[in-house]
Amino acid sequence: MLRKFILAAGALAGMTGAALAAGAIEGGGQQALNVPAIVMFGAFVLFTLGITKVAAGRTKSAADFYTAGGGITGFQNGLALAGDYMSAASFLGISGLVFSTGYDGLIFSVGWLVGWPIILFLIAERLRNLGKFTFADVASFRFAPTPIRVLSAIGTLIVVAFYLIAQMVGAGKLIELLFGLPYLYALIIVGLLMIVYVVFGGMTATTWVQIIKACMLLGGATFMAIMVLAQFGFSPEALFKRATEIHPNKDKIMGPGGLVTDPISALSLGMALMFGTAGLPHILMRFFTVSDAKEARKSVFYATGFIGYFYILTFIIGFGAITLLMNDPSYYKAGADGSFNKIKDILGGSNMAAIHLAKAVGGSYFLGFISAVAFATILAVVAGLTLAGASAVSHDLYASVIAKGTIPEGREIAISKITSVLIGILAVALGYAFEKQNVAFMVGLAFAVAASTNFPVLIMSMFFKDMTTKGAVVGGFLGLFSSVALVILSPTVWEAVMGHPKGSAPFPYSSPALFSMTLAFLGIYLVSKMDGSARGKVDRAGYEAQFIRSETGIGATGAVSH
Amino acid sequence: MADNQSQVDRIKADPAFQDLVRKRWSFAVMLTILMLLIYFGFVFLVAFDKSLLAKSLMGGVTTVGIPVGIFVIVSAFILTGIYVSRANGEFDRITKQIVERMKK
Repeated sequence: MLRKFILAAGALAGMTGAALAAGAIEGGGQQALNVPAIVMFGAFVLFTLGITKVAAGRTKSAADFYTAGGGITGFQNGLALAGDYMSAASFLGISGLVFSTGYDGLIFSVGWLVGWPIILFLIAERLRNLGKFTFADVASFRFAPTPIRVLSAIGTLIVVAFYLIAQMVGAGKLIELLFGLPYLYALIIVGLLMIVYVVFGGMTATTWVQIIKACMLLGGATFMAIMVLAQFGFSPEALFKRATEIHPNKDKIMGPGGLVTDPISALSLGMALMFGTAGLPHILMRFFTVSDAKEARKSVFYATGFIGYFYILTFIIGFGAITLLMNDPSYYKAGADGSFNKIKDILGGSNMAAIHLAKAVGGSYFLGFISAVAFATILAVVAGLTLAGASAVSHDLYASVIAKGTIPEGREIAISKITSVLIGILAVALGYAFEKQNVAFMVGLAFAVAASTNFPVLIMSMFFKDMTTKGAVVGGFLGLFSSVALVILSPTVWEAVMGHPKGSAPFPYSSPALFSMTLAFLGIYLVSKMDGSARGKVDRAGYEAQFIRSETGIGATGAVSH
Repeated sequence: MADNQSQVDRIKADPAFQDLVRKRWSFAVMLTILMLLIYFGFVFLVAFDKSLLAKSLMGGVTTVGIPVGIFVIVSAFILTGIYVSRANGEFDRITKQIVERMKK
């Protein structure tokens, strides 16, 4: 039982092997039922189901279902974007990384934030002006719809699938540990609830689940950070000083450690994080929920603020966990002689540092609250992913490619709901199948594909006048195949998953983005330039009208009033 | 609306539109480059000179790296704020004028 967990490091923390090695939730297994946590989570579920019921009454048209009728404000969407992005992974994984390595946790979290300004400067308002329901609306604006929709849908479904599996495996393990529920039950609860939110409440319910969860997470993390700082008279210097006295790595935790070693990996990983964020389908989809470009810009501003604030909190929380947990044997699994390793032997692994800290600063009721927040967080993120995946199938593949835009709206929504149910069932099945697998690479793969397929096609379609359908398809698939192949050949899969000896991975870097993104952009550029086809002429001729609409918003889909 | 060719030609020929596009593009590119410089500058500093970030800031245990890391986070927020204030003010005002003129 104890060794059952390789866990969810990946699901929880996400990216580099080095960063994740320390993060596994190992010991423990199924715990005794945590009653306060279950009661608080139950309250969250009842409340969100109430919201879903209200949302269901308002969800009539396809616009209601996919984009909440376009009536979400910039501030609300900012919170929802932050909710989509602040997964249990960032909360537990980054605070756990700070707990075990100190400063490296800050370096890691910075990478997750800097994609947002790029989304704002280059993409947000143009996306809003050109699109309707999915980012493929924008990417296929002037091109032959079928191949671009197929490419975008494949890009979306791969990102959603890997992100979802990582979340599901992490969810099952975490809930087993926090709530004392068996792994499979935990998966079924997550799967059922996400289906209910998406199928009955569409984007409206999904958005409000995100907003509520973001508020709970920000509130809980703020409380923990304040409680930690209060112990040191609100002096960060005093907190850091105590941490360097207690942590086994002493002063080294205050500077960069082993996270970033070679510059190529640093650059490549940085690019995956930065541009991957700008290619995540569930994030891009949120820009269609606001009324216009103005609100779209505001939502990125708020999201950046909330996420940045959250990462500063996780840094304080990680240091708080060092000072308050490392000298307390009750949080550790001690060896026969009563000694323990301050980093490795913490109950449940270092990803549980924030959870233990919740108990240390707020007692068992606050522990229950933070556990409920972690559960709610996973639920909100998987609901957003499910909706994005279902939209790719119903709107891009079914309505546009198969039916060529001739099906009634009601039919399209029905397809989307059926797909949501299927994705939910598939997510539970895959989560169960991957229970004992190492899923550490999956979030990294999702970001690499998003950065190498969705992002290049989207941004080039907006700015590269001479781009053609052929260029988009060749470049997009080049990015897709190269990013997936290089992830498989990299140490995180070749060595950690497939079990080849250490150092034998043919591709030595921690992320493929530098190479796969270059291939995608070059592919789009060169093939478009050489494309002499009749379709290519139509594609290029369409740029002007697209450009005017993207810059002025004339002709953009407006908010639907009720 | 914008699919209408004569309207496209009129907007394209509008000096206010050309001015808007040029201003907004150079502003967005400048801010993008600034963000890339700040972030990759930080990452390369970590990759090449770890000791600089590990230096004590004011004689205590707090290192230079702490304010530098916080600065990268805060700068992302401030840069988005700068863009939004100009885009939602000046740029949207010009856009509105262009759109109004089209209706006549």
